[in-house]
Amino acid sequence: MSEAYVNPVEKLLRTERIPHIWCPGCGIGTSVNCFARAIEKTGIDYEHLHVVSGIGCTGRVAGYVNVDSFHTTHGRAIPFATGLSLSRPTSKVVVYSGDGDLTAIGGNHFIHAARRNVDMTVICVNNLTYGMTGGQVTPTTPQTAIASTMPYGNYEAAFNLPNLADACGANFVARWTVFHVRQLVRTMTKALAMKGFTFIEVLAPCPTLYQRRNRLGDGVETLKYYKEKSIIQNGANTAGVGLCFQSEIVVGEFVERQRPSLREEYDARMKAVLKDAYVPYEGTK
Amino acid sequence: MKADPAVVATGMHFIDGNEACAEGALAAGCRFVAGYPITPSTEVVEHLAKRFPRVGGMFIQMEDEIASSICFQGAVWAGMKAMTVTSGPGLSLMMEHVGLAAMTECPSVFVDVQRAGPSTGLPTLPAQQDVMQVRWGSHGDYEVIALSPSSPQECFDHAVTCFNLAEKFRCPVFFMMDETVGHMLGKVKIPPADQIEVAERRLTTRKPGEYRPYEIYGGDQPEMVRAGMGHRIHTTGLTHDERGYPAMNAAAQDKLIRRLCSKVLDHVEELTIHEATNVEGSDVTIVAYGITARVAAYAVDLARRQGVKAGLVKLVTLWPFNDRLMRDIAASTKNIIVAEMNLGQMVHEVERAVAGKVPVHLVGQAGGAIVEPEAIVAKIQEVLR
Ligand SMILES: Cc1ncc(C[n+]2csc(CCOP(=O)(O)OP(=O)(O)O)c2C)c(N)n1
Ligand code: SF4
Repeated sequence: MSEAYVNPVEKLLRTERIPHIWCPGCGIGTSVNCFARAIEKTGIDYEHLHVVSGIGCTGRVAGYVNVDSFHTTHGRAIPFATGLSLSRPTSKVVVYSGDGDLTAIGGNHFIHAARRNVDMTVICVNNLTYGMTGGQVTPTTPQTAIASTMPYGNYEAAFNLPNLADACGANFVARWTVFHVRQLVRTMTKALAMKGFTFIEVLAPCPTLYQRRNRLGDGVETLKYYKEKSIIQNGANTAGVGLCFQSEIVVGEFVERQRPSLREEYDARMKAVLKDAYVPYEGTK
Repeated sequence: MKADPAVVATGMHFIDGNEACAEGALAAGCRFVAGYPITPSTEVVEHLAKRFPRVGGMFIQMEDEIASSICFQGAVWAGMKAMTVTSGPGLSLMMEHVGLAAMTECPSVFVDVQRAGPSTGLPTLPAQQDVMQVRWGSHGDYEVIALSPSSPQECFDHAVTCFNLAEKFRCPVFFMMDETVGHMLGKVKIPPADQIEVAERRLTTRKPGEYRPYEIYGGDQPEMVRAGMGHRIHTTGLTHDERGYPAMNAAAQDKLIRRLCSKVLDHVEELTIHEATNVEGSDVTIVAYGITARVAAYAVDLARRQGVKAGLVKLVTLWPFNDRLMRDIAASTKNIIVAEMNLGQMVHEVERAVAGKVPVHLVGQAGGAIVEPEAIVAKIQEVLR
């Protein structure tokens, strides 16, 4: 590599840990690439950026980004991030999570963090399956899709994640696929700059398990599908953006609101009641 | 370092153990607590919910104990002193994060005001049935520290001790009260702040790039950082190397786990808090902890008035268990009776350590009511008959 050209994402990566564990064609890496570019755009000081993840292929993101990073337990990145965020008000806390991690085992934490409007950006790489454990069904697997624990096709209704986050009160809700790299960078940049709970769903292929098991081809094939079947609809009613098997995909920035964050609510309430006796919780600076 | 005078409620107070525990945590520097309501522990967090906004702390009532037990660890990595508070069923839910605290060497205080189980058990009644749960509850090999107070005063004093030990040993530290001690009213003397020793976090002074989060630079414990110091650390519950990066092999696991265990086990003597009275040359010695130690003290008095040479060992430190102490006791007495509010948990440790040198007996019951002194006296008479 010439000295003149350093890949802009490299700064954010622990290059000594490359090669990463992800399969060829996996969408997680693309999302991280977008994330790195968004970080550059926001100009956030790396010292004040912390990434928290749970367990799964997506959970490994924390290990590859060169900031204070915390690889916690399955489904519990959000409550860890809640303590971290409340205690580091000058930092931006990002949760990077797989769909199973975030909405199956971690579903309760997800809805409550959105309800409380904790300051954090949650990026969910939704590959419609459990990658790391071998392609089992998740709360986002579309009906009829095959999973290792749904050998005859999934018969359970799937979560519509943007709708879930919206209903719980998240300040910002968006969805893109890993085909939409520019839009994803722009949306991530925006979410990172916002207060309160911001949520981005990133649809991504898991060619090794989901695509292959459902005979949908490889990663490239999936990007073609994303390109052909995506409809950009900013401001769409989230109730209408649920996903069916190989159906159209509504993408865009759906929700943007200015609800006060948990910290702001706490401060306001304590100030109103305790007046001068209130000593704000500052965490560390 | 000394406690913060702006926070310490110096003076004589007539309060219960739960409140004393909360005040102890405050004095020790705790400013963040995550918890979920459960009897008989709730007053600890209720008290802090009132106190914190006046002293720059924060309590958050999480959605459950699983969330609580990791939320406060997020605050610890942010650089705070923090804890969670619960009782048996909640503690059962927290176990995966006891393992996380052990693996990531997060200075973590878990307050467990015990109630009778298993399952929902007896919500408002006491027990000492979590002794083995705190020791073995999470999967894998690891070591913890557990202290058990017997009075509201000790709830204050040893809540401070727990935080100090958490900083020093960077492992899960349990404060094991029981319902009786938690709800017992008593005189609690809170000393002036400058008489309360508070351990500071040992933050590294190494520059970014020269620091590896799990390397030992002298001493037994790795130096710590907090998020935002510029070291760009990685922590993981996976087996890791000195850099904190996953290391998926048997050699790395063996090296790491041995260190996690020995950093506690090599300091058993330093960690042992106990009180021994009249053990030397006694015919029988009672070993007890928590509320049962107070009952046992009364029983020993009764027995001594009847002319029995009886002694008492009150354990405050339950884990790590001090085998040497038990062997010394066995060498000084003819019989050991362990009294506890369960059907036999600590008695197994005592038996193991004593290794048949003297007979070890149990006065146990399945929680719900404190062990009566008469039951201990009856056992003494039976043993000496
Ligand atoms: C408590 C617990 N239960 C189960 C597991 C096993 N496990 C590891 S990863 C995973 C699923 C991850 O799936 P997802 O969040 O969709 O992430 P992906 O691997 O697809 O990125 C499971 C169930 C675990 N590590 N911990
Ligand atoms: S198993 Fe799937 S999600 Fe995991 S790295 Fe491979 S392609 Fe990606």
